[in-house]
Amino acid sequence: MASTEIARQAGEGVRGVPLAGHVGFDSMPDQLVNKSVNRGFCFNILCVGETGLGKSTLMDTLFNTKFEGEPTQHNQPGVTLKSYTYELQESNVRLKLTVVNTVGFGDQINKEDSYKSIVEFIDAQFEAYLQEELKIKRTLHSYHDTRIHACLYFIAPTGHSLKSLDLVTMKKLDSKVNIIPIIAKSDAISKSELAKFKIKITSELVSNGVQIYQFPTDDESVAEINSTMNSHLPFAVVGSTEEVKIGNKMVKARQYPWGTVQVENENHCDFVKLREMLIRVNMEDLREQTHTRHYELYRRCKLEEMGFKDTDPDSKPFSLQETYEAKRNEFMGELQKKEEEMRQMFVQRVKEKEAELKEAEKELHEKFDRLKKLHQDEKKKLEEKKKSLDDEVNIFKQKKTAAELLLNQAQQAGGSTTLKRDKERKNFF
Amino acid sequence: MIERPETAVPSIAQRNLEGYVGFANLPNQVYRKSVKRGFEFTLMVVGESGLGKSTLINSLFLTDLYSKDYPGPSQRIKKTVQVEQSKVLIKEGGVQLTLTIVDTPGFGDAVDNSNCWQPVINYIDSKCEDFLNAESRVNRRSMPDNRVHCCLYFIAPSGHGLKPLDIEFMKRLHDKVNVIPLIAKADTLTPEECQLFKKQIMKEIQEHKIKIYEFPDTEDDEDNKLIRKIKEKMPLAVVGSNVVVEVNGKKVRGRQYPWGVAEVENGEHCDFTVLRNMLIRTHMQDLKDVTNNVHYENYRSKKLAAVTCNGVDTSKTKGQLTKSPLAQMEEERREHVMKMKKMEAEMEQVFEMKVKEKKQKLKDSEAELERRHEQMKRNLEAQYKELEEKRRVFEEEKANWEAQQRILEQQKLDASKTMEKNKKKGKIF
Repeated sequence: MASTEIARQAGEGVRGVPLAGHVGFDSMPDQLVNKSVNRGFCFNILCVGETGLGKSTLMDTLFNTKFEGEPTQHNQPGVTLKSYTYELQESNVRLKLTVVNTVGFGDQINKEDSYKSIVEFIDAQFEAYLQEELKIKRTLHSYHDTRIHACLYFIAPTGHSLKSLDLVTMKKLDSKVNIIPIIAKSDAISKSELAKFKIKITSELVSNGVQIYQFPTDDESVAEINSTMNSHLPFAVVGSTEEVKIGNKMVKARQYPWGTVQVENENHCDFVKLREMLIRVNMEDLREQTHTRHYELYRRCKLEEMGFKDTDPDSKPFSLQETYEAKRNEFMGELQKKEEEMRQMFVQRVKEKEAELKEAEKELHEKFDRLKKLHQDEKKKLEEKKKSLDDEVNIFKQKKTAAELLLNQAQQAGGSTTLKRDKERKNFF
Repeated sequence: MIERPETAVPSIAQRNLEGYVGFANLPNQVYRKSVKRGFEFTLMVVGESGLGKSTLINSLFLTDLYSKDYPGPSQRIKKTVQVEQSKVLIKEGGVQLTLTIVDTPGFGDAVDNSNCWQPVINYIDSKCEDFLNAESRVNRRSMPDNRVHCCLYFIAPSGHGLKPLDIEFMKRLHDKVNVIPLIAKADTLTPEECQLFKKQIMKEIQEHKIKIYEFPDTEDDEDNKLIRKIKEKMPLAVVGSNVVVEVNGKKVRGRQYPWGVAEVENGEHCDFTVLRNMLIRTHMQDLKDVTNNVHYENYRSKKLAAVTCNGVDTSKTKGQLTKSPLAQMEEERREHVMKMKKMEAEMEQVFEMKVKEKKQKLKDSEAELERRHEQMKRNLEAQYKELEEKRRVFEEEKANWEAQQRILEQQKLDASKTMEKNKKKGKIF
């Protein structure tokens, strides 16, 4: 499928030439269609709505088959998205249909973050496609496109107005996906109430600036039917997989004691309109819008976030190679700078620590120098004391020696006196 | 609490439909949209002058692409190889086709034809580059597809085989564009000569491993039979004519000779109808698809690989081609961060270790100094004690001696006193 949008060049200076016969390129659309049919088609629907509004039943009714999934309880702690992919075939057309359901939407007490899971899911699909598109070796033509093409927003049939959760969620989703609001379980609303309800909803959507999907009116073959349908939005639908016998036909319906609501009866509900618009007339347009508007917006934001620009400061357009090279150089420079910074930081720390340790060493030496000096002083004192003692000892010794000498002398003298005395004594006798 | 949404693409189940849903209408929707968009096709013709290229184009598209107001390149004399394009808009059956014819006047006309294919290659590459840049912009509006979808290569009807220039050219271009070789001015060959010539050419093409455009097999057996028939006729021998002549009451395009009329659209005269059917009526879309999915992707991956793999050894490039250049940079960044972390941890470790060493050394020397100081202190104290002891001993001795002296003195005094007395007594006798 050609995903390129070709500018209408008729007015761009291309001359037209007449043909002298049947060339045969009017088979081009057929060639294109054949290729698409061979490849198979792909369509992804997201159903957003509170638990119990009949989302799964409606899907079953729309596609005339029983899809997987069990009815969920109201006790989910958060909003999760469950998706199932099916391969359907009708005549020679193969369709890969993915149905994504929001489980637990609207069940929590605090619903502030309910929309977040949904937005994340949608963005994740865009991101996957973008990544594939940016790869060096890519296989876009065989890529299984998981981007959400249509979002059916189920509105509870209160008959009054939109809930604030609805407004908040739709506001967050309207720039990311084609929103088709529908009134669920509309067999609970009478016709007059329904008209008022629809008007109220539409005016609330307009006043809150919510952009819902408008069926395209630029193609003459479908413009009329699309514009009529646009005025019937939001569709009030009833889903049922059970069949009831009406007249001699089996039709899908819901049986009440007071009557039977026929799903495919346009007087009873807008189911047929929804099916007509969603599948039979505008499926391709929904896919195109997703790709050319919502995806491009996502891509643009993402690339700008990553720092890509289309023109450099001098308003000269960049070529892809230049852009990548510039990015790469920038990136390398950044890495190198980081490395340098880290090294510098370390050098700094080493210096600081060295200085610290040197300081400590110096202090230590100083301390010991002081101690040494003290010690020297002490030693000196000790020496002096020793010296003085020695001096005293010497003096004493001298005294002693002198005294002894005297004593000796005295003794000698005394001895001789004694001898003399003794002699005298002897002489006496 | 928000739980992570599950990403899509689980197992794909087959489902049978129990009623008419309506997506079999998808092909019609695609048809409508493609007609509204219009189609584009770029056809390149390459061959020596005088092989009837312009005439063939006119015959193919049943128009006078080159007229008095827009003279074709064949009317002008060229010295070097040029690449010229003419754009026209043709309409048929509600389908608009913007046809671009790229002509290469001067090709193979010089005496020295080395590198005469270079301008052609440059042209093809530049168109691919334009498309790549347009595709890679942040703001993508329209992406006009000016890439060359098909290249008709005209072989001179020598009857012998391919010329070296033919081989060289096709070898260089078969990777960049869909090459369809044609035998020009086939009305100079008899059917038998033509058969032999075709066989020879195909043999040489296979010998030189030239990849000419191959018709894809379809699932339809009927179509496959036709395709096989066409394949047997390759390369197609064509005749072109701008002139309408009358044959058997019918107006046909043909070349009038004295011996008869070579009809352009007669299958027995030449393969022109085969070419026209194949090129325009059945395989135009496929030519565009192959250009987009194969030749363009080749160009793109080579271009992007060159940007990201500067200086990276080839052993790593295999795995890198599956990512986008940005994802690759992200990975490199993560690697670098890890490397830095490791380096930081290592440097940290070394730093700590060194600090510990130094601190330990400091501690040791402090302990050593402490120890020595303690020792000296104790030494001093011991000496002090010794000194004290000595003094005490000395004091004691001194005290003793002094006491002794006093006693001696006293004795002496007593003795001298007694002697005095005795002397006195002695003298009396």
